[in-house]
Amino acid sequence: MAATLKPYLTAVRHSLTAAMCLQDFPSQVVERHNKPEVEVCSSKELVLTPVVISRNERERVLIEPSINSVRVSIAVKQADEIEKILCHKFTRFMMRRAESFIILRRKPIDGYDISFLITNFHTEQMYKHKLVDFVISFMEEIDKEISEMKLAVNARARTCAEEFLKRF
Amino acid sequence: MSERYTFGGSLASITCHAWNKDRSQIALSPNNNEIHIYSRERNDWKLSDVLNQHDLRVMGIDWAKNTNRIVSCAADRNAYVWSQADDGKWKPTLVLLRINRAATCVKWSPAENKFAVGSGARLISVCYFESENDWWVSKHIKKPIRSTVTSLDWHPNNVLLVAGSTDYKVRVFSAYIKDIEDQPSPTPWGNRMPLGNLMAEFKNSTNSGGGWINDVNFSADGNKICWIGHDSCINVADATNGNAFVRCKTQYLPFLSCVWISPVSIVVAGHSCVPLVYTLVDNLKLVLTAKLDKSQKKESSGISAMRIFQSLDRNLRTENSDTNVDSIHQNAITCIRLYAGEKENGKKISTSGVDGQLVIWDIDNGLNNSMNNLKI
Repeated sequence: MAATLKPYLTAVRHSLTAAMCLQDFPSQVVERHNKPEVEVCSSKELVLTPVVISRNERERVLIEPSINSVRVSIAVKQADEIEKILCHKFTRFMMRRAESFIILRRKPIDGYDISFLITNFHTEQMYKHKLVDFVISFMEEIDKEISEMKLAVNARARTCAEEFLKRF
Repeated sequence: MSERYTFGGSLASITCHAWNKDRSQIALSPNNNEIHIYSRERNDWKLSDVLNQHDLRVMGIDWAKNTNRIVSCAADRNAYVWSQADDGKWKPTLVLLRINRAATCVKWSPAENKFAVGSGARLISVCYFESENDWWVSKHIKKPIRSTVTSLDWHPNNVLLVAGSTDYKVRVFSAYIKDIEDQPSPTPWGNRMPLGNLMAEFKNSTNSGGGWINDVNFSADGNKICWIGHDSCINVADATNGNAFVRCKTQYLPFLSCVWISPVSIVVAGHSCVPLVYTLVDNLKLVLTAKLDKSQKKESSGISAMRIFQSLDRNLRTENSDTNVDSIHQNAITCIRLYAGEKENGKKISTSGVDGQLVIWDIDNGLNNSMNNLKI
């Protein structure tokens, strides 16, 4: 399994590096506004073709670039019910605190678990290659985090069951 | 050979910059609504004036070297012409652009009696000074622009104008204002030149791909134009050759700025943070002839295997946790200007970028060295 992780992450890294070439772009539809074009989709020439990189049917990344913003959506591996619940709780926890994560989007795109919205204002304030690093390490971490939590939940359930069954 | 400067101790990105005639002063915008004028004091820069008339981010600055006037445009839909009063302070004059979207780019014409402003309103305003009313007025070039104009450049004859826009097209227009100019003489681009006449149009999209135009530039004789798009291609079109154009796909991230430095060479720079020199060979192809950034990958100190395991241990990754990029500019380069020489014989260029640095590069040395290598 781990053998396919590295090429997957490398593909995501290269696609993100290319997609994150953003520039300042004031809206050409509403005066004095400056909105991420990938969200408003007001002119179709400013939005590029989205890219999906998938490792298997459950784990995939959707990259939607535009002239001044890029939206990165991640579908996290969910093998069983517990992983599904954990993933939902975990992503919800973070998305409720989206302001402190700066590039996190408050709602994921349909079919994905978590979305990031990176605009030209972010690439001006932060190093681009570090932003890419962040997304990649986030993808590595979230899998690990969820399997760790799953183990912890299982262990706790086992102890609870043992304690409960001692009475009989 | 390069000199690096930062301004005012801030790391805010530099949106664009412009030099005065003798390169002793620079106008730049620190990515907000202000324009800062710095003057050189030996090896240091002193803030001499702050022009804050705009109320949104400044998008373009150009300094007319002979008449010593600055024109600036911003996302607040306005443009100002700044001229220096006797006390050395800069005084603004509002320009009636008559546009209702952000102004994105501005360029003085070579004779400095008019300038062009590109805008998000899908039009170009050609502005000139009307002496009877004592203000700058504009005439519009509208058709057939379908999207935001991102870049402009003037032909040396003071009449033709090339514009690149986000609708994937490069267009050459006539910007002839009959109130203030004599009839222009014919050029290889065409003979009839009423205002707004489309002289040539180039598509930056083939069947596969294409992209927004990030910058356009007329060559010194005005017969060639170079444009760069978001598809990482460099293109050169030649009017004397039936508007045939040469297209060069590069392996780098998209470029944001380009300028001619000789009749056949172009400097380009952009998201890959290094300025590159491309040369047109026999009007057939473009080849990379020099990389101006000679900085090497830094040798990591200490035993590398130990570092790998340390970083594996700490970060679960084998990559080094070095924040610096292996180039002088640490982020995308957004603006290139000629620092010494003209378009036909550029000797030094200055680049500024999102990392807030201004770097002056010596082209002469770099190019000659690599040319020598080519011969051997």
